[in-house]
Amino acid sequence: MNGLSNEMKRRFSWFLAAWLVPVLALFALAQPAGAEAQPPQPTPPDDEVNAIASQLYCPVCENIPLDVCPTQACIEWRELIREKLAAGWSGEQIEEYFVEQYGDRVLAEPPRRGLNWLVYVLPPLLILAGAGVLVYVLRSMRLRAAIPSSAAMPPIPKTSNDPFVQRLEEEVRRREME
Amino acid sequence: MNETGRQPKAVSAWMYVLAFGTLLAFLALVGWSLFRRQQGAVEVGKPAPAFTLTSFDGQVIDSAALAGRVVVVHFWASWCEPCENEAVLMEAAWQAYREGGEVVFLGVDYSDTEKKALEFIRRFGVTYPNGADLRTTISQAYHISGVPETYFIDRDGLLAYRQIGPFLSTGEIRAVVDILLSQ
Repeated sequence: MNGLSNEMKRRFSWFLAAWLVPVLALFALAQPAGAEAQPPQPTPPDDEVNAIASQLYCPVCENIPLDVCPTQACIEWRELIREKLAAGWSGEQIEEYFVEQYGDRVLAEPPRRGLNWLVYVLPPLLILAGAGVLVYVLRSMRLRAAIPSSAAMPPIPKTSNDPFVQRLEEEVRRREME
Repeated sequence: MNETGRQPKAVSAWMYVLAFGTLLAFLALVGWSLFRRQQGAVEVGKPAPAFTLTSFDGQVIDSAALAGRVVVVHFWASWCEPCENEAVLMEAAWQAYREGGEVVFLGVDYSDTEKKALEFIRRFGVTYPNGADLRTTISQAYHISGVPETYFIDRDGLLAYRQIGPFLSTGEIRAVVDILLSQ
């Protein structure tokens, strides 16, 4: 009786081992990679969430930064940022995620690609061109001011004794000098 | 010759061309951008914009592959209150047609979080395919003005009807679909 009981115990032990080993192995494999490397992080504070939200715009409201947007949708997006931060995402990764989900319009600054480059290139170019025009106009004004007035006109050579013709020529020269 | 020995130079023609050319190019760019922004909704009777929707369960749906069937494209969001009642109506309408296979309902989740969208779908028992409008490309193609909006595409791929705002009964939805099925 006792021998039979020992045999049963031995079989039961083998049975347990045969089942437990693969089950435990499967359980270990099912754990996400790096789960030990990233312990659960504390809930990120509002300041940290808002620092990222301020760099993003509400996808459905016009021109309202996400950190000050009062709508229910924006509250959910701020919660999403909090969840991503708690999961260890960086601000850059979160911004990329938002762009992937809702498009470039959520960014406070247009991404530097395609026609968006005009936003960055045109203003400095226009300022430079404006400065050039200003310098040119000022220089022209200075040169005009330096031109002598009619009082300093050169003497009029006498080409005719007719006083009318002389007056006419003098008038023409003066107008040419102006 | 003046005192400085210099005369003010005349502005050369190429400078005028450059200045006015830049100005015109800039104005054209602004005009083009405004034109794109101000474009109204897709016109009824015109081809409906084609799109690809990846549903929340991973199914990739190409609208071009649905030719020959009536397609109902429903734009919604979990944060949209009128969408809640309409979700029930849409599902009821879908149940009326799902067996026939001639009608396809697609839910396009506009500017939403996946978590809230899935909660919404579960809460209202929506069973037809729904997916996120990634980068808002589909809503931009249809020039939607908000949610909810619903677009009905006929068997030829032409936009047959659009509903701005919510439907108030399943009968309204079915009336539109039945007309398109009878054509």
